[in-house]
Formats: sequence, structure tokens, C-alpha cells
Amino acid sequence: MQKSWTRRLNLIAIIGTLPMILVAVGVFVIGVGFSVLWSFTSSKLFPSYDFVGLAQYRRLWSDGRWLISVDNIWLFGLLSIGFNMVFGYLLAVFMDQRIRNEDLFRSVFLYPFAMSLIVTGLVWQWALDPNLGLQQAMRNFGWQGFSFAPLVDSRTALYGLVVASIWQGSGVTMAILLAGLRGVDEEIWKAARVDGIPAWRTHLFIVAPMMKGAFATAFVLQCVSVVRVYDLVIAMTGGGPGIATTMPAVYVIQLITVRQNVGQGMAAATMMLLPILVVIAAMGLLRWRRSRAGRVAA
Amino acid sequence: MTAAATFSVRPATSAGAEPRGPKPRRLSIGRFGVYAFLVVSALFFLVPLYIMVVTSLKGMPEIRLGHLFNLPAEVTFQPWVDAWLHACTGRDCNGLSPGFLNSVKITVPSVVISIVCASINGYALSFWPYKGANLLFGLLVFGAFVPYQVVIYPLIIGLSSVGLFATLPGIIIVHTIFGMPILTLLFRNFYAALPVELFKAARVDGAGFWRVFFHIMLPMSVPVTIVAVILQVTGIWNDFLFGVVFAGRSNWPMTVQLNNIVNTTTGVREYNVNMAATILTAAVPLAIYFISGRWFVRGITAGSVKG
Repeated sequence: MQKSWTRRLNLIAIIGTLPMILVAVGVFVIGVGFSVLWSFTSSKLFPSYDFVGLAQYRRLWSDGRWLISVDNIWLFGLLSIGFNMVFGYLLAVFMDQRIRNEDLFRSVFLYPFAMSLIVTGLVWQWALDPNLGLQQAMRNFGWQGFSFAPLVDSRTALYGLVVASIWQGSGVTMAILLAGLRGVDEEIWKAARVDGIPAWRTHLFIVAPMMKGAFATAFVLQCVSVVRVYDLVIAMTGGGPGIATTMPAVYVIQLITVRQNVGQGMAAATMMLLPILVVIAAMGLLRWRRSRAGRVAA
Repeated sequence: MTAAATFSVRPATSAGAEPRGPKPRRLSIGRFGVYAFLVVSALFFLVPLYIMVVTSLKGMPEIRLGHLFNLPAEVTFQPWVDAWLHACTGRDCNGLSPGFLNSVKITVPSVVISIVCASINGYALSFWPYKGANLLFGLLVFGAFVPYQVVIYPLIIGLSSVGLFATLPGIIIVHTIFGMPILTLLFRNFYAALPVELFKAARVDGAGFWRVFFHIMLPMSVPVTIVAVILQVTGIWNDFLFGVVFAGRSNWPMTVQLNNIVNTTTGVREYNVNMAATILTAAVPLAIYFISGRWFVRGITAGSVKG
């Protein structure tokens, strides 16, 4: 009696969460599965089921455009995540010094994040314009030798993207790390001061390790946004000059839409999925080991 | 949420209370350094906004002089009018206003539908977990990390097979799909933190799945719904990739039209019109950001905290 009652109710719960079931299974399992499947076929504009083994992957890894986008994403990711974390951490530490107008500073540091990456890209494209932008303005101020126009040179265009990405994202890192800082027990500070440890050492060697969670959150957030970087590139450089700032996300979309080579595009998409899978597997393993350790201790 | 909690326990005056960092001595070199760093950083963040605004108020002859930072010698609002009504993308010269309308038509239903779905998901996951529910939730959270490029093509094929590709309902479905992981996480964490006695009492009184949801849970969900609305409105308004792929030319959102106006290869580049258009596109999320204040921060941190 009791059992049939709960089962009926569970049916309602299942109906209520039907959208979730459809999305979780239909998109994130079946959809991803099809993408991987099509990466082994010779699909052009429309999906086909003519399997060609790893041929698409071989072609992918001999395509110069893809090799450049892989190099770019590593360099861009390393620089933008690195600077983002360091700058965001510094901002958080300085914000935690009982400053006045904290809310004002917070608003200023965080507002770029509220705007579209298209907006970010266009603003910085304008600011870095070689003829009318920052460079010319400084020269007009009398600094004749001033030279900073990274976007027009294929060797430096990527650094322009890094600047824009730091501008857009370091406020978020600051907000997350500041919340982490505020979560650290006051007693730690008192104890460190009693022991005569200088503040910067307390920060680096005592407090920072206690904020592991906040650092991890900010880092994961950065990684996800780096892998996804598309809008910023399209708005700021369009992947150029030439193909100097093309990225995997841009490459996949181009293969699907413009170059109508779905098989190879799906191979590239699968390559983008791999690092994410590795990270998730590592996180799962870590959690599993921790829960096992907890059980052993108990 | 921890941030909000700790703010309230911190004393309002800093003078005599326990200092957290180094002791604040007035006008000491250290103090000066703290403010100098913060002010210089603030300038880095503010300068682009400043040049956006001043450029949009200048005439083209003045812009060609290359004084990026100067205030406009002669203020003109013509670029704003042009950006809204006359700016060209290819052959169409209707400005950004159609894009604005499209963005509203996309954003409003997407936000409502995705939040309704996510709140039911979160409620069911917290109080009515059925067999396999947690596995589904795990898959959904996995979806939050999947690069969009991996699922875009299957979605194109799926939506065109039911005739919804490049339509307004199509793009709304896409936004609902990609909003679901983070929103479900948000609502699940919120409901899981509610006292379970509340739920049990309602169940003893004979209320079922929907009755508990509508009469007990919904009235309590105001704070989490505000966070969800902020997250979704800014997220969907700022979207470019889904709009350009799934909305279809006649439904292109504002961000897509903005990019087309600015990065068009034909004609003379009107930087003042471009910057006015850029500000107009950023206006809605910026307004939400400045009005919502701390709620916005809470949205970012709440969405990113693991459940």
C-alpha cells in the first residue's frame, strides 16, 4: 500500500523533471555521443554514417589552422588565467584592508563582467586602434616613441586578447577570492600577529592555503571560459590578422558553418572535450579517495 | 552566501575594532600604497568605459585627430540616433533597434521558461529524489562544463528535424537547455538548505508534489529567483554564439547586430556610431548590474559553488 503510494508520487516527480531528463540525456549524453560518433565519419554538410576510422583526426592534426588554434589556446589560457588569478588575488587582498568605499571599488572592478564579450572585444579593438587609439593619443601627448598596437601584428595580436580578457574577468576572481578571504577565521590573524609574522607572509603561507576552495572555484571558472572563448575573438580580431588569433572554438564553428566539413569539425570538438573529461575524472577520483579516507577514519 | 553572512557580522566602524590585515595607520606609506594600487587598478577598469562614452559624443572630424582621451570639444548626440535607427549591416540600415526588440523577444521567454524548469528540477531533486535522479543531476552538471561546440551541431540537426532551427522558439529552447545546469544547481542548493520538517508537515497534511511546490516552496523562493533572474537576463542578453547560430537572420539579437555593424567591411568606419551602439547594447545588463548590486555578486559566487 505504502509502496504504491510513493511510486505514484515519484511518477509525478519524473513528469515534473521531464525537461531535465530530456536535456541531461538527450543533449548531454546522446548529443555528445553523436558528435563523437560523427567525428569518425566522412560527414560533410550533413551527417553521414560512412565510417572512416581516425582519418578525420589525422587530417585535423595536419591542418595548420588547427595547430595554430591549439597553440593559441595554450598561450592565451596560460597568460590570461595566470594574470587573472594574480591580479584578482592582489585586488582581493588590497580590498580586504578595511578600505573606504569598498562597494564603489567592487562595482568598478566587476562591471566589465556584466557586459557581453562582444562589447569587451569592440571596446578594446577601438582602444588599441593603431591610428586613432591609445598609441596615437600617447604620441599626441608628446610621447613620440610610444608604441602599443598589438592587434595589427600577427605576432602580438594574441596579447591584445589577453589584455581584454583580464579586463573582463579579473573582477570575478577578485569577488570569489574576497569571499574566500572573509571566510577565514579571525583568530588566524590574531595568532599570526602575536607570533610576529609579517602580514604578507601570513597571507601567502597561512591564509592562502586555507582558501583552496575559493582558488579552485575561480580557477575552474577561468578554465571553462578560456575553452569557450569565441565571442571575444570574433569581436576583437575576427581570428586575424590572417589566422593568427584563431581558437579551437572558432575553428569548430567555421568547419560546421562555412567550410561544411562536419566530420573534421566534430573531431576538433571531441579534442576540446578531452581535457574537460580528464579534469572531471580527476575531480571525481579526488572526491572518491577523500570519501574513502573519511570512511576509514570513521 | 558566506560573503553576505560575514559582511553583517563585521563591525561598521573600522577604527577601534579588530583589524584584519595590517593595522590601518592613517596616512602611513602602506596605507597610501593600498589606495594607490586600488585607484590605478580602478583606472584600468574605467578607462575603456570613459573612451566609449567620449568617443560616442564626438563628431568624426574630431575623432580623426587621434585625441582618444580628450573630452568632446563639441558634444553631439547624432551618433546615438544613428546607432539606434540608421546604422548599416550590409544592405539593411535600420540601426540597432530591431536587434533590441529581438533580444527582448528572446530573453523574456527564455528567462521565464528556464527558471520554471530549473525550480521544479531543484525541488524534485531535493524532496522527491527518484531512482536515478542524482545520476541525471550529475549529467546535467557535467553539461555545465561541456564546451558548447561539442553539442551545437547535434542541436542544429535535432532542431531542424522538427522545423525549429533558425526560429524564435528554437533559440529559446537552446537558451533553456544551456541555462538548465547552473540554474538547477542553484535551486537544488537552495531547497536542500530548507528545513525538511517544513516539507514533512505539508506531506502529513496531505499535500502532493505540486501543492507543496506552489504553496510552500514557491513563496519562499524569492531570493534565489532574484539571483536566477539576474544570472539569466545578463547571460542571455550578452549571448552571441547561440544567437548567431540558432536564431536565424530575422531574429538576430542585439549582440549579433552590433558585431555586424562594427565589423562590417564596407563603407567608412564611423567610430562614434560604433561606440554609441556598443554602449546601447551593454546598457541593459549594466543597468541590471548597478541596480542589483550585491545580488549580482551573489549570483556569480552561488552559481560557482559546488553542491
